[in-house]
Amino acid sequence: MVRWALTLLVLLLAAAAPAGAKDTVVIYTALEPEQITDYMKAVNKTLPNLDVKMLRLSTGDISARFMAEKDNPQADVIWGVGATNVMVFKNAGLLEPYAPKGLARVQPLFRDKDATPSWVGIDIYMSAFCFNTDVAKKKNLPKPESWADLTKPVYKGEIVMPNPASSGTGYLSVASILQRMKEPEGWKYLDALDKNMAEYTKSGSKPCKDTASGERAIGISFEYVAMKMKKDGAPVEMILPKEGSGYEMEANALTKKGKSNAAAKEFLDWAITDEAMSLYSKYFAAVSVAGFPVPEGLPKDISKVVYPNDFDWSAKNRDRILAEWAKRYQK
Amino acid sequence: MSVAVAVPERVVRRRVDAERGLRGALLGLFALFLWVFLAWPMAQIVWRSLHDNRGAFIGLGNYVRYVSTPAIGVSITNSLGVASVAMAVTVALAFVYAYALTRARIAGRGLFRLVAMLPIFAPSLVSAIAFVYAFGNNGIVTRQTGFNVGIYGAKGIVLAEVFYCFPHAMLILMAALAAADARLYDAAAALGASRVKTFMTVTLPGVKYGLMSACFVVFTLVITDFGVPKVVGGKFSVMATEIYNQVIGQQNFTMGATVSVVLLIPAALACVIDRIVQRRQYALVSSSARPLAPGQGRLTNALLFGYCALVAAAILGIYAVIVGASLVTRWPYNFAPTLKHYRFDTIGGYTPLLNSVGVAALTAVVGTVITFAGAYLVEKSRTAAAGVLYMLALLPVAVPGMVLGLAYIFVFNAAGSVLNRLYGTLAILVISNLIHYFTVPFLTATTSLKQMDAEFENVSASLGVPFYRTFWRVTVPIALPSIVGISMYFFLNAMVTLSAVVFLVAPGTELAAVAVLLLDDAGESAQATAMSVLIIGIGLLARLVYWALLRGVTRRTQAWTTATQEPTSTA
Repeated sequence: MVRWALTLLVLLLAAAAPAGAKDTVVIYTALEPEQITDYMKAVNKTLPNLDVKMLRLSTGDISARFMAEKDNPQADVIWGVGATNVMVFKNAGLLEPYAPKGLARVQPLFRDKDATPSWVGIDIYMSAFCFNTDVAKKKNLPKPESWADLTKPVYKGEIVMPNPASSGTGYLSVASILQRMKEPEGWKYLDALDKNMAEYTKSGSKPCKDTASGERAIGISFEYVAMKMKKDGAPVEMILPKEGSGYEMEANALTKKGKSNAAAKEFLDWAITDEAMSLYSKYFAAVSVAGFPVPEGLPKDISKVVYPNDFDWSAKNRDRILAEWAKRYQK
Repeated sequence: MSVAVAVPERVVRRRVDAERGLRGALLGLFALFLWVFLAWPMAQIVWRSLHDNRGAFIGLGNYVRYVSTPAIGVSITNSLGVASVAMAVTVALAFVYAYALTRARIAGRGLFRLVAMLPIFAPSLVSAIAFVYAFGNNGIVTRQTGFNVGIYGAKGIVLAEVFYCFPHAMLILMAALAAADARLYDAAAALGASRVKTFMTVTLPGVKYGLMSACFVVFTLVITDFGVPKVVGGKFSVMATEIYNQVIGQQNFTMGATVSVVLLIPAALACVIDRIVQRRQYALVSSSARPLAPGQGRLTNALLFGYCALVAAAILGIYAVIVGASLVTRWPYNFAPTLKHYRFDTIGGYTPLLNSVGVAALTAVVGTVITFAGAYLVEKSRTAAAGVLYMLALLPVAVPGMVLGLAYIFVFNAAGSVLNRLYGTLAILVISNLIHYFTVPFLTATTSLKQMDAEFENVSASLGVPFYRTFWRVTVPIALPSIVGISMYFFLNAMVTLSAVVFLVAPGTELAAVAVLLLDDAGESAQATAMSVLIIGIGLLARLVYWALLRGVTRRTQAWTTATQEPTSTA
């Protein structure tokens, strides 16, 4: 038994040791798992010298992990994490400014304003409702068309939305409502919405997936997951609210680690190439480099369906909004 | 004195000194292990809870804020509430079941026992997912009957926890019910007591410690579990999910530490009372007791059989739902069979499962060595220091896994610490499992050592055999059944545990149980159940190997005894 234990221990140490021949890059990401599978095929082909180690969690989880490890950062690269969270990392001094190759192609709105940006955006996604027509028929629920509709008493206990503290989708929806209606009106609306809310889920795609399985009638999620559920054959419809959807940008950044990391930079360069952008554009309402097609079923020009987002405001007020939100609705 | 004639006294003394030195050194190593991986991280948690997020000392400020925030305070009463209800229901249900298996002559006892054990083989949140599939707003039972239980909230938590905790309570109660003295029943019969009276005055008092022990184990399991409330809690917040919200959602690590310390209190209390109760239990059955032969009236037997069949069917039904949901295209809209949920494309294929098996195997091997050797050293060296180590070894059972995980982030990812090398490796997962599940194996080892006659050591010592040789040649073979049981306990728990490791998995060290949580979070429930099915399968396989091993071991080393031991609780 002792020998067995020793063998296992040696194997374990071998597994823990760096892979040697390849350049290791540790990536923290909040991108949807099914997209990552798609992107990684391309990464492995284009950058065969990279040994990518990835941790994929929801926006809140990955941010908490990144912040918790700030004394001894583990991640080399942040990839596709909500810009409002990435701005918080920047303010905490955890990022190393870096201008990836081809930065000039990225539209100005999508990047940190510093000459050498601390973060570079890759995509935009927006809030969308999922509506289960099967459940609606059974319960006689009308189709909601707007944010205002969701507070009607008929939807009591039928709606789910993500918790803004753990989910980027949740936060962009709340932030957009507060920007559009202004405080304290926005909070009054959220109070009314809370009365109809069945649950606040941890991840942003879960509300739509719970709606697709018929557990809930209406899920506040984002556009891609709504389209996907519909395509998979679930009895759901995607609704973009009349007042305008909230939206959020997902961004990449380099971790400040005190030593230069060529592999990390190589990955960040790839992450805004045309190859990467054309892959992103399969999943998102918009990508940061102009000229890529929009997924089927989504509006060609998203500026017509979204309510303009003040990212700086969203990032600056994040802690305050989440504290207030928790005080009101987390019980 | 006759021994000293053969060997010069000087030589004996030197060897005894050397042995004592070695013993001391080993004990020191054991102490170092418990200090670095248990005491120090726990101290860090308490320390952090006394500071604000910027690191300034604020005394009890966090605690004041915690109890005075109504929304957060609610989670305390919520936790106590569901834990109490789940405890009462579980123990009542499990008692009848255990009674039927030990005291009645019903057919298929072995099968009933096996079926009731099933929930032990899966992470707690799997039972919650299965309940959603069956009794959720759009679950199959809800669809068929049109009756909605309203599973999201306290009701769902209690239901799923009862299911999850049932085997834990059953095992403890079976052990308690098995240890009965037939003479008491003969006396009751001779005195003309009715069956009800005998039950109330002989049976119940006889197992009262077992009952209390089962209560505490279930209570601790429920109050520290976060998998179930995460899935079916709805808007109902409990302390375990509150830690998660504070740490993950609001990145408020000091408040997370504060909730942790508060959560330690009820769990620690339950554990202390349990220990006191257990100590009394040992003295209950005297050496002259006569084992009770199972047997009941025909009607009672039939009723008990019916009850067991019902419970077993319910458990199997839930498992059928789990397996079924993993094999159909889209539950509950498209029942076309498919294996696509078993591909796990999105989480890197089967790596998490392989990692889990590796971590569980290592935890079993290393854990068994450390707990058994540690128990031996503590038991044989009757010093005050050993007493402190004994108390320390009892602590982990009261530490919720999430608290341990959080503490490990604080300790093993501090700037400039040598322990940083462990962070992000499989080794830290093994160590956290080891500590998380340390107490029960340690106590099992201690008990089995206590049952051994001290004469073995005395004879060996007087023959000049060093203690380590006695340990290896005599102690270990005698205790082999316990040792096999301990390694099984470590393996199964390491396969399904979630709470500690959820904070510690890193790129490349993903685990299957964590994958279940993440998949469910992302709304990929079908893949989550598929992964659960594989975890359960591996658990059952391990159980099979265990039985085979135990039989072999028993035949070879236990010809002199009839009793075999196995750790029973998984608290």
